[in-house]
Amino acid sequence: MMIMATAITTDPMLPQPYSVREVAKETPDTFTLRLDPENAVNRSMFQPGEFSMLWLFGVGELPISISGDPSLHDRLVYTVRSVGQATHSLVNRGVGDGVGVRGPFGAGWPLEAARGRDVIVVAGGIGLAPLRPLIYQVLQNRKDYGRLVILYGGRSPRDLLYRKELATWARNRETQVLVTVDYGGLSWRGHVGVVTTLFKYSRLQPTRSVAMVCGPEIMMRFVTRELETQGLSRDDIYLSMERNMKCAVGFCGHCQYGPHFICKDGPVFRYEQIRNLLEKYEL
Amino acid sequence: MLLLPCISGRALAAISQLAAWAGDLVVADGLLASRDVLQGDGVPEQAHRVLEASKMGELLEALKRKGYEVIGPTVRDGAIVYDKVESAKDLPAGWTDEQGPGRYRLKRRDDGTLFGYAVGPQSWKKYLHTADVRLWSAERQGVTFRILNNEAQPRHPLAFVGVRACELAAIAVQDRVLLDDKYRDPIYEGRRAGAFTIAVQCTQSAATCFCASMGTGPWVQSADLVLTELVGSKGGHRFVAWARSNRGAEVFAELPTAPATEQDSKEADAAVAAAAGEQVRSIDTAGIKELLYQNFEHPRWGNVAGRCLTCANCTMVCPTCFCTTVEDVSDVTGDHAERWRRWDSCFTQSFSYIHGGSVRTSTQSRYRQWMTHKLASWIDQFGSSGCVGCGRCITWCPVGIDITEEVAAIREGGKNGNP
Ligand SMILES: Cc1cc2nc3c(=O)[nH]c(=O)nc-3n(C[C@H](O)[C@H](O)[C@H](O)COP(=O)(O)OP(=O)(O)OC[C@H]3O[C@@H](n4cnc5c(N)ncnc54)[C@H](O)[C@@H]3O)c2cc1C
Ligand code: SF4
Ligand code: SF4
Ligand code: FES
Repeated sequence: MMIMATAITTDPMLPQPYSVREVAKETPDTFTLRLDPENAVNRSMFQPGEFSMLWLFGVGELPISISGDPSLHDRLVYTVRSVGQATHSLVNRGVGDGVGVRGPFGAGWPLEAARGRDVIVVAGGIGLAPLRPLIYQVLQNRKDYGRLVILYGGRSPRDLLYRKELATWARNRETQVLVTVDYGGLSWRGHVGVVTTLFKYSRLQPTRSVAMVCGPEIMMRFVTRELETQGLSRDDIYLSMERNMKCAVGFCGHCQYGPHFICKDGPVFRYEQIRNLLEKYEL
Repeated sequence: MLLLPCISGRALAAISQLAAWAGDLVVADGLLASRDVLQGDGVPEQAHRVLEASKMGELLEALKRKGYEVIGPTVRDGAIVYDKVESAKDLPAGWTDEQGPGRYRLKRRDDGTLFGYAVGPQSWKKYLHTADVRLWSAERQGVTFRILNNEAQPRHPLAFVGVRACELAAIAVQDRVLLDDKYRDPIYEGRRAGAFTIAVQCTQSAATCFCASMGTGPWVQSADLVLTELVGSKGGHRFVAWARSNRGAEVFAELPTAPATEQDSKEADAAVAAAAGEQVRSIDTAGIKELLYQNFEHPRWGNVAGRCLTCANCTMVCPTCFCTTVEDVSDVTGDHAERWRRWDSCFTQSFSYIHGGSVRTSTQSRYRQWMTHKLASWIDQFGSSGCVGCGRCITWCPVGIDITEEVAAIREGGKNGNP
C-alpha cells in the first residue's frame, strides 16, 4: 500500500547525469568511485543495501550496489570489481567523466528489525560493498543497536576491501571485526580459511541477533547453515541476492527468482523467504 | 452459460481493485477511461442492437472520425495478422484458421464471415508493448553527455477491432505488470491510455484454444463495444452488439443499428456457448501453483527438453509474455547513442547471465522457468495466472509442444516422463 501511495511518476528508465569526482584503488582489481550529481538539486538519498543502474556512454548499463555513507546526500559511492568489459570500463572512468545513474532501487537491509539487537555482518569478497552503508549506519547510531560483529572473508590479504576502515571499525565499542582469507601468504598473521571458520571466535548471542549476509551464492549457503547451527532463527537472517538485471523496476523479467523479482522485492531477502529456492539448481 | 458466474466473480474483484487504485493514484484520464472499460466499470450493459454486416465499414469510419487509427485483422503471408485497416475490405472476409500443435493453415469458408477465425500469431502487445521501442537517446558532450527523452508514442490513439476475450484478459495481465506494480512504464501507459477496444466474441474455437478452462473466455465481459457475429440463420449476416462504456455508446450512436430481438440475443449467446463447448483442450487449474512448485524435479522436464529447440517462438507469440532486454545503438561518430528496449525470452542462454555464467544453462531449466512462471509464480507476483488459454504457444511451436499436455503429464506424477 505504501508502494501505491508513492507511485513513481517520472520515467524510471531515464538516467540522471552524474560525474566522477574521485576514484580510489581498493585492491588490484577493485575501485571505489564517488559520483556527484551534475544537477546540484539532485539529492542522493538511499537506504543501505539499495543499488543503482549505472549507464556508460558506448558501453551499456549495469547494476551496482551503493557502498557509501547514507548520511551524505551530495554523492553516490560505489565499489566495483573489474571482472569484464562493463566493470572494466567503469573503474577506468577519469575524474569529470559522465555516468548515467538510475535508482536507487530495491529493498535494502532491515534496519528497523535490527534496532536494539546485535547485528552480525557476514561478507565474502565484493559482498562487503553493499554492507558498508549498513555498518556506517550502525556505527553512527551506536546506541540503537547491540553488538556489531563483522565477519569478512577474502581470497587473499591483497583482495581485502576497506582495510583501513576495518581497523577503525574494530576500535568502536561493542564492535568485533574478524577477517579471514583463503590464501594467506607469508606476511599474513590473521585467520586462514573460509568465512564460516570465524564463527567460533564471534561469541554470538543468537536469540538477540540479526544477521546480514552478502557474498557468492555458495558462500551464502554455507553461512546460512552455520548461522542456523549457531541458533539464529531463519527469520533473523537476511541475504542479498544477485541475478541478471536489465531494468531494475520489474519490467524486464530477467531477475526473477521463483515468485520474487530480485530488483524490486529484493535484493535483500529474509532467509526464510528464499530458503527453499537457494537449494534449487538452475532455478 | 456455465462459465459466467465465475467470470463475473473475477470482474467484481477487478472492480474493487480499481476503486483501490483510484484512491491512491492520479491516473491520466484517458487511461482511467480505457481501464474502466477493460475491467468492467459498472456501466450497465446497454440494450443489444443489430448491426448489419454490410455496415461494418461505417463502424470503421466512425472510429476514424473520432481520431482513432484503426487496427484490425487482415490476411497477410498466409496468416491473419493485426495491422492498420483502411476499410472493411481489409478484414479477412470468408477466411478461417485451422490450428493444431505446430500447425496453422488459412482456409476458405463460404459464408463470408469477417471474424470467422480464432486468433493469429500476433496479439495486441504488438501495439501496446511493442517488440522494440527507443527509450531515450544521448549526445556526447566532451567527457559527459546529455540525455534526451524522446520515447515513441503513436500519433493517434488506437482503436483495436476484433479483440477476443482471451486477448482482453491478456491486456489486463500486462496492465498489472507494467502499470499497477511498484513502477509504471510510461511508454506502455501512453499507448494503452487512448486505446479503444471493439471486442468480437468467438463463435468458433480453434483446436488449440482453452480459454474456457482458464476462465478468460470466450464470453467478453467488457470492452468499449462487444460484437457477436451471426451468419446463416434467418436474420442473415449481422452483428448483435452492445456498448460497455460511454465512449463506446457514443460511437454506437453514430451507426445505423436496429433493436435486437430476444431471438437475436439468444442466438448470439448460443453461438458463443458453442465455441466454448467445442474446445478440446483444457488445463485443470486446481492447485496448479502448488503442483508446479512441488514438481521442480520431475522427469517430464527432461522429456520436454528432448523436444524443445529453445527457439523462443512461444514467448514471442504469447500475449502476456512481457520480458525485454535493452540495447545501446551508436552512430558511426560515436557521439550519438540510443537506448532501445526489445522483447527478450527466458528461453535464451544470455537471459540469466551473471558474471561466472548463466544460471539456466539447460533446456529443461528454461522450459521449466517459462511454464512455472506462466502458471504458478505469476499468481504470486501479480494475483492471476499468466496464461489466458489463447493456444498460440501450441500452434507456433515448431515441434508442437503443448502446454496443456505438459501440465497434464506433470499432474500424472513421476511415472509419465515419456509420452
Ligand atoms: C543488485 C546487484 C548489485 C551489484 N553490486 C555490485 C557491486 O557493488 N560491485 C560490483 O563490482 N559488482 C556488483 N554487481 C555485479 C555487476 O553488475 C557485474 O559484475 C557486472 O555487470 C559484470 O559486467 P562485466 O561486463 O564487467 O562482466 P561480464 O561478466 O563480462 O559481463 C558481460 C555482460 O553481461 C552483463 N551482465 C553481467 N552481470 C549482469 C547482471 N547481474 N545484470 C545485468 N547484466 C549483467 C554485463 O553488463 C555485460 O554486458 C551487482 C549485481 C547486482 C545484480
Ligand atoms: S502461455 Fe500459451 S496459451 Fe497461455 S497465454 Fe501464452 S501463448 Fe496463450
Ligand atoms: S517450447 Fe516450442 S516454441 Fe517454445 S522454445 Fe521450445 S521449441 Fe520453441
Ligand atoms: S531487473 Fe528487470 S525485472 Fe528485475
